[in-house]
Amino acid sequence: MGFILIALIILIGITSYFLGNLRAKNLRTSNQKNLKSLSHYYGYYVALWAVVPALLILLMITSFKSFFIEQYVLSDFIALGSYTETELSLLFTQIENTAMGIKLFDENTILIDGAVNKLNYINKTSENLTYVTVLGFSGLLVLYSIFNINHKLNSRKIVEKFLIVLYFTCSLVAIMTTVGIIFSLLYETLRFFSQVPITDFLFGLNWSPQRVFVREAGDLDTRDLANAFGAVPLFAGTFLIALIAMCVSVPVGLLTAIYMSEYASPKVRDWAKPIIEILAGIPTVVYGFFAALTVAPLVRDIGQGAGLTVSSESALAAGFVMGIMIIPFISSLSDDVIKSVPQSLREGSYAMGATKRETIVKVLLPAALPGIVGSFLLAVSRAIGETMIVVMAAGLNAKLTANPLDAATTITTQIVVILIGDQEFDSPKTQSAFALGLTLFVVTLALNFIALQVVKKYTERYD
Amino acid sequence: MVKENMKSIKIKAHNLNVHYGEKQALFDVSMYMEEKQVTALIGPSGCGKSTFIRCLNRMNDVIDICKVQGKIEIDGNDIYAPDMQVEQLRERVGMVFQKPNPFPKSIFENVAYGPRIHGIAEHKSDLEEIVVNSLKKAALFDEVKDRLNDAGTGLSGGQQQRLCIARAISVNPDIILMDEPCSALDPIATARIEELMGELKTEYTIIIVTHSMQQAARVSSRTGFFHLGKLVEVDKTETIFSNPSDQRTQDYITGRFG
Repeated sequence: MGFILIALIILIGITSYFLGNLRAKNLRTSNQKNLKSLSHYYGYYVALWAVVPALLILLMITSFKSFFIEQYVLSDFIALGSYTETELSLLFTQIENTAMGIKLFDENTILIDGAVNKLNYINKTSENLTYVTVLGFSGLLVLYSIFNINHKLNSRKIVEKFLIVLYFTCSLVAIMTTVGIIFSLLYETLRFFSQVPITDFLFGLNWSPQRVFVREAGDLDTRDLANAFGAVPLFAGTFLIALIAMCVSVPVGLLTAIYMSEYASPKVRDWAKPIIEILAGIPTVVYGFFAALTVAPLVRDIGQGAGLTVSSESALAAGFVMGIMIIPFISSLSDDVIKSVPQSLREGSYAMGATKRETIVKVLLPAALPGIVGSFLLAVSRAIGETMIVVMAAGLNAKLTANPLDAATTITTQIVVILIGDQEFDSPKTQSAFALGLTLFVVTLALNFIALQVVKKYTERYD
Repeated sequence: MVKENMKSIKIKAHNLNVHYGEKQALFDVSMYMEEKQVTALIGPSGCGKSTFIRCLNRMNDVIDICKVQGKIEIDGNDIYAPDMQVEQLRERVGMVFQKPNPFPKSIFENVAYGPRIHGIAEHKSDLEEIVVNSLKKAALFDEVKDRLNDAGTGLSGGQQQRLCIARAISVNPDIILMDEPCSALDPIATARIEELMGELKTEYTIIIVTHSMQQAARVSSRTGFFHLGKLVEVDKTETIFSNPSDQRTQDYITGRFG
């Protein structure tokens, strides 16, 4: 029914636009006084009155309707007073199912049958009532606004004001989402820390939340909790893999940027740059199985050839592929930064008799350094937050190691492991995912913040 | 007449043609410039005077589509000869640009840049001496002697331009090219730079491109007038401004166009 109603509202809106437009034109011709805005602004004015309040009312009705319907349908049961809240909601589900023709229980048949009738009746009535209210409101407001049009009304200003409110609401959506996510993270994390001390989480060396899961059948000992949620191996794994990734991407990315900005002819640049940037567009899942199926066995074979013990899932393989993935972040940002160093500095250096290499090393890179560092930091925060590659190629075993040939696990991997499948939301194991998520969020936020500050300082430099 | 013959010729351009892609920017320009004198190049915007001056230290090499034909000799050596090292040429022919362009480094490092890349100073004390002398010659030392480690970009426009002059003379060139060095400066800073040119010409050959005819008249001994890519006239500065032989020069200096 929602679709038809919304379609009707839009239809009213379009019609009222023409009505408002017409009314304004009539006023203009019959009355010698000039209107304050162009005619079509009066059309928009009436259309806004027709559509916006009606939609708001519809939104309100749909969000509160179910509550009132439930109250009404269950009124007989509530009157009995012998049901708890949960039972009532179960009962309502049962009634709904019965109304749809699914019969599961046979108890309380009379009451349920009565309730089913009530439900059918109220559904029908409420639908009609919604139509009448919304369309009636819309129509009344159209009439009101049409008669409101006179030479004193500046509809152009009103339309502008409405648009400002609209823009503001849209920007509010993103902001409120961010705030909401932060608060839900914080809330769950605090619940987690009420069971596991924060120091154990931040400094503990042992990560095995599965053990808690197994132990849950018996009595839960707080000592077990303390020993199971030490996140240091995860931090270390994350750091190790990000470090390997940066070791790959920083030199390759930076040299690419220098080549692209200073040496490549416009022709080469035109086709090479988009191809490099495609690297950033490849889904990380694809990188993931590339890492797991191609690079990891390769690393193992090479390692074994050299007489080293390499596990089949290694931090090196994951870090290497991740490094490839973040090359475009570094190369394309650094490229822009190097390119934006004023041409006058290049000329100044050449005029002193410097070669191209001397100019790049001694003038361009120092001048662009803050921007380049900014690109590194953005790449690090990307590497730390990356999930798919490490899930597929780095291993799940949380052991504390600095050996890149060993399997390692990261914060993101563990969050995936914890939350795969059905979970109960009040177990500390599940909540630990939120604590990990918050840690990750804080770290990447800090890195992004620093990166933005550095880049900002750089951009102020030449102006 | 006798006096003029005694001055030796430092730079000689012969039938210089320059193209930017399809567009020809200079047509058969031939002129000479005397040693330890100021030569001014004037003319309306887009007339080719900057293109010409940038040929003298081969700065046009940086631009891919730029093609230079003809011959430029400095002390009798063709600077477009295949065995010419551009870096060494530019060590001998310094340049100061229209907009002050100090490197984002300290004042000291700005001046030390040239000596460092050319390996002129053996020891740190030599380098310091070069920097101090260059700053003194550029009449900037007294203003910055207490803050040599501050950023060069933090100076005022006129000071920045003098820093760039100090940078140019730090490698002890023979020739200094100045491409409208005062166009971004206020009258007082301009006066200082002009005064400085008077001092510098005792040691260096100076070529200056300028939009200001008064400036050309004040600082130069010879002046060339460019119009639409052609060198219309080149002569002693007094002659150009008092008794030009070409009608176009006459029109330009009396303000009828440009």
